[in-house]
Amino acid sequence: MEQPNKKKVKAPLTIEQKIKRRNFISFGAFFALGGGAVAGWKWLLDAPEETAGITGGARAPLRRALNKTELFFRNFFSNNHTVKTYPKERAAKTVRVNSLIGIEDDEDFNEKNWKLEVKTGVLQSLHIGIEEIKALPKTEIVFDFKCVEGWDQIQHWGGVKLSDFLSHFKLETLAEKNYMGLKTPNGEYYVGLERDSVLHPQTILAYEMNGQPITINHGAPLRLIIPVKYGIKNLKRIGVMSFSNSRPRDYWAEQGYDYYSGL
Amino acid sequence: MKEIKEKHAFLMRWTHWVNFPVLAVMIWSGLFIYWANDAYGISIFGITLIKFFPEWFYNYFHIPQRLAEGMAFHFLFMWFFFINGLLYIIYTIFSGAWRELIPQKHSFKEAWLVLLHDLHIRKTVPPQKKYNAAQRIAYTAIILMGAGSVITGLAIYKPVQFYWICWLCGGYHFARIIHFTLTIGYVLFFLIHIVQVALAGWNNFRSVISGFEVVESEPKIKAKKTIENGTAE
Repeated sequence: MEQPNKKKVKAPLTIEQKIKRRNFISFGAFFALGGGAVAGWKWLLDAPEETAGITGGARAPLRRALNKTELFFRNFFSNNHTVKTYPKERAAKTVRVNSLIGIEDDEDFNEKNWKLEVKTGVLQSLHIGIEEIKALPKTEIVFDFKCVEGWDQIQHWGGVKLSDFLSHFKLETLAEKNYMGLKTPNGEYYVGLERDSVLHPQTILAYEMNGQPITINHGAPLRLIIPVKYGIKNLKRIGVMSFSNSRPRDYWAEQGYDYYSGL
Repeated sequence: MKEIKEKHAFLMRWTHWVNFPVLAVMIWSGLFIYWANDAYGISIFGITLIKFFPEWFYNYFHIPQRLAEGMAFHFLFMWFFFINGLLYIIYTIFSGAWRELIPQKHSFKEAWLVLLHDLHIRKTVPPQKKYNAAQRIAYTAIILMGAGSVITGLAIYKPVQFYWICWLCGGYHFARIIHFTLTIGYVLFFLIHIVQVALAGWNNFRSVISGFEVVESEPKIKAKKTIENGTAE
């Protein structure tokens, strides 16, 4: 019985007291949350780098976020979503060369001896010459090539659709694996691509640029053109093709870039 | 007599203060990305007036060679920016707070008077409710700008999957230009906003943290107002 009585005696808060009370609560909460935000930010900034593996070079929480974001945006991927194409006249005459990793560092390379090696088993491989590839139906594409750095250029490429190539050489079953890995002959540059993008109708193995055989610096004799990815995935001078259910090594994903890098 | 006048709802204050650091991180990481291909500038008759950005600016803020890091931050904090902005828009629509926010017919004319008053050219004080005409325009514009950043951002981020968004933005190049320009817009908005908040004083600033302003009023008016607002305790 004593407590309710006590409460009744208590005078209602004056306006000054109300103001003080609400200021105290709101500013207290503001600084507490602000402090929490600062602490959270410091945690993220100082977060350890991910363990170097298939991916590397990013803060561990940021890598987790990149991978989660990839899964979300892959829901929007469709083979019906094609990159915009342009008339041939719009294609750049001087095609930009941005990187020569796997090309300039390979002095032993001889284009005449080149064959594409497709790993079909642990010890088995298929070796395919350029003439066999050129004998397949040719596809041409003029599209806006996009670099992860931010520049883009309308380019004209010709070659065989990767999906046509896979079915012609009876590689469809292998290609059902989650990933395809591509490497330069010297193994210095390598990319991993998930199945959806590999089978996209605009993904081609290119041997022509602007109607001419591609030059050494653009990846002769055979390179990948994959418009649903940034340039970093468009490997030049393909040496080895392989298939796996887990992510193959990827040059730029090891340096902090998003593995997916899809457009 | 002093009186508590409710001004900003909790959700408005929450989204305001979440947006501030999140947008700062987006601009900071966006600079890392922009650096990798810093193509923009303003030039007239072939003379470059402004180049985005001068070397000393990049070096001062340690921008160079951080593209991968910038993308990783940008593609995490974009979620917070988007969710927070969406929360604000949904709240503003459903609470009816949009009535005090979006510009009215006379706002555009009146905003001119606000500007003249703020620049001390004109003495008459323009009408001020929760927001004056200039504030209505500025605060509505900043929300539209936020939506613009999300839309152009998507156009740049997934130009193939969201080809129709890219098309709506006038293509890949134009989407990038809008995305960049909006960011410059935020910085200008921020500068003016800070000056205005400083000039408006403590009572106004506090209301964005505590939600209320303290006003002096006649007892009679107070009684009437309390009934109107239904906030009597």
